[in-house]
Amino acid sequence: MTALSLFLILLLLLNLADANFFEASQAFLKSAFGGRKYAYLYVTISRCALITGMAIAALIAFRAGLINIGGEGQLVIGGFIAAFISIYSGVTGVAGITLAILSAMIGGGLWAVLAGLMKLKLGVPILVGTLLLNYPARYITSYFVSHPLRDVSSGMPQTHLLDKSLWLPFVEGTRLDIGFMFILIVYAFVLVYSYRTVPGYHAKMTGLSIEFAATSGINIFNTTLKTLAFSGAIAGLVGAIAVLGIHHRFTDGMLVQPLYAWTGIVAALLINLVPWAILPAGFFFASLTSGASGMERTADVPKEIAIIIQGIIILFVAARATSIASGSKKKEEGS
Amino acid sequence: MLADLFDPAFADSVARIAVPILLASLGGAICHRAGVFNIALEGFILMGAFAAVLGTFMLGHVFWGVLSAILAGVFMGLLFAEFHLRRPGDAIVVSIALNLIGLGLTTYLLRAVLGVSGVFQDEALGKIIEINIPLIESLPVLGSFLSGQSILFYISIFLVFILHYIYSRHKLGFWMRAAGENPLALKTVGIKPAPVKLLALVLCGICCGLAGAQLSISNVSLFVENMSAGRGWIAVVIVLVTNGRPIPLLGLVLLFGFVDSLSLRLQGFGFPQQFTEMMPYIASLIALIFVSIRRIKDLVGMRGYDNG
Repeated sequence: MTALSLFLILLLLLNLADANFFEASQAFLKSAFGGRKYAYLYVTISRCALITGMAIAALIAFRAGLINIGGEGQLVIGGFIAAFISIYSGVTGVAGITLAILSAMIGGGLWAVLAGLMKLKLGVPILVGTLLLNYPARYITSYFVSHPLRDVSSGMPQTHLLDKSLWLPFVEGTRLDIGFMFILIVYAFVLVYSYRTVPGYHAKMTGLSIEFAATSGINIFNTTLKTLAFSGAIAGLVGAIAVLGIHHRFTDGMLVQPLYAWTGIVAALLINLVPWAILPAGFFFASLTSGASGMERTADVPKEIAIIIQGIIILFVAARATSIASGSKKKEEGS
Repeated sequence: MLADLFDPAFADSVARIAVPILLASLGGAICHRAGVFNIALEGFILMGAFAAVLGTFMLGHVFWGVLSAILAGVFMGLLFAEFHLRRPGDAIVVSIALNLIGLGLTTYLLRAVLGVSGVFQDEALGKIIEINIPLIESLPVLGSFLSGQSILFYISIFLVFILHYIYSRHKLGFWMRAAGENPLALKTVGIKPAPVKLLALVLCGICCGLAGAQLSISNVSLFVENMSAGRGWIAVVIVLVTNGRPIPLLGLVLLFGFVDSLSLRLQGFGFPQQFTEMMPYIASLIALIFVSIRRIKDLVGMRGYDNG
């Protein structure tokens, strides 16, 4: 029933854009997985890395009952810091890449911790605090790349290009940068963290019942800040990968417009916060986005169809699953 | 310098900026007090703004535009109700989905139906009727705030007081408050909370649809992708800060209109655009911190959100 209604909505949307269903689906498949020398498939994989990364960032926080929907801000701060450090620190090569990634992770982590402190010290709900911090992140970086750090010769609000030695190298024989490997490492790390470690267990317990966790002697203050720092650091890492591996500079809006952070949240919700399933979910949404760009190119279907479909899928999933933060009581929504 | 800042045009811009936020936060407040945690206001407004332009363009008159905006808002409200009330969807998840659908659908239809990307502008798009009030319009500064505004300005101010009256004096208001504060009490007097919440969502849809119409066919006569640009989130914050009480809400919205107009003005004095655009969000955060310190316990936890 759900699948049928989704299909009917899809047909209706395609009809509105005067597109042929078969032509559109062909374009979709080619652009998601095909292309000359699999060029499009590589794009899908590197997009999958970014989306999965943002999904992991969301998942870690949600599982601990922290509704961090400010991944976007943490992502932007991470990307901006990666570009800034790469261009102005003067460190090159592998050392430079390491430095850029670490500073991006610290930056993203601190941005999330800021929301955590506002919750713990001032009582601002995490949901609203993280969300509102998206905007300063967006506008402050926008200011820097439009004025003091702008590459004036390019005519766009963006930084200079990074030194070539800082670009993430391609995997042998492909056009795929090694950014996705970082995400695979994070994925493995998060699986171990969630299923096998004490901090991961504490975080999950806090998410299931904050009172129970507190009564059991878990330090809620520390768990909250650590979990947010972890979540924000991963978002920062994703920003660094996008800068070092794909764009090689920071352009205003380049991490906001593709809705990486929101797609990540949607992916985490789709699988009901089950850690191992996050990679397939990330790949699914990456293919959806890539395929939609292909439909825009060849069948003249606006690529926003991917956003609509994401929304509809989550609506139907929401109707089945119950709560955003695994099992947390309804009363704590928004806290 | 002060005279440069606070002239009639400034007063006018305060009102124009305030109306969409006021309407959206009234909608949010209605949901909030009925115990529906609706943070999809952004998506609601966007649909309203687009429907207003589409309706005006297709049917040739602003009236139809406003009507389409209302219908689009109600449609979103019904979608919310279907997935949150009839099926057990989490309000936050449903909100995230509806925000995405609002953004995706308006951008998609802009390209697929109106055939442009980015901005849609057409001579056929008019503006909502503006009302000049004799005598008041000749008042200095205040005159351009109170007079010459779109009819939605007066409707929204009227709504604030109607809502205040309903919540404090009318049975319907008591029901709507009980649905949020104590659904069990509502059940004991024989009223099911779900229909009351549905009503709240529909009313919220109407308000947000009008907010969108004010944005696209009154403040300007065009539609831009993602036109709501965070106003829905500011409305959410205003609702949380005022706990959904109409009169304080009006005060806070006017304060926001003031801050926003001021920051627009400061842009003229050479402040970077990014800092002035950031001001409303910083102001929201400060307002929120202010109230949260007082009610440090838990803002949202005070109301029992459930599916009733």
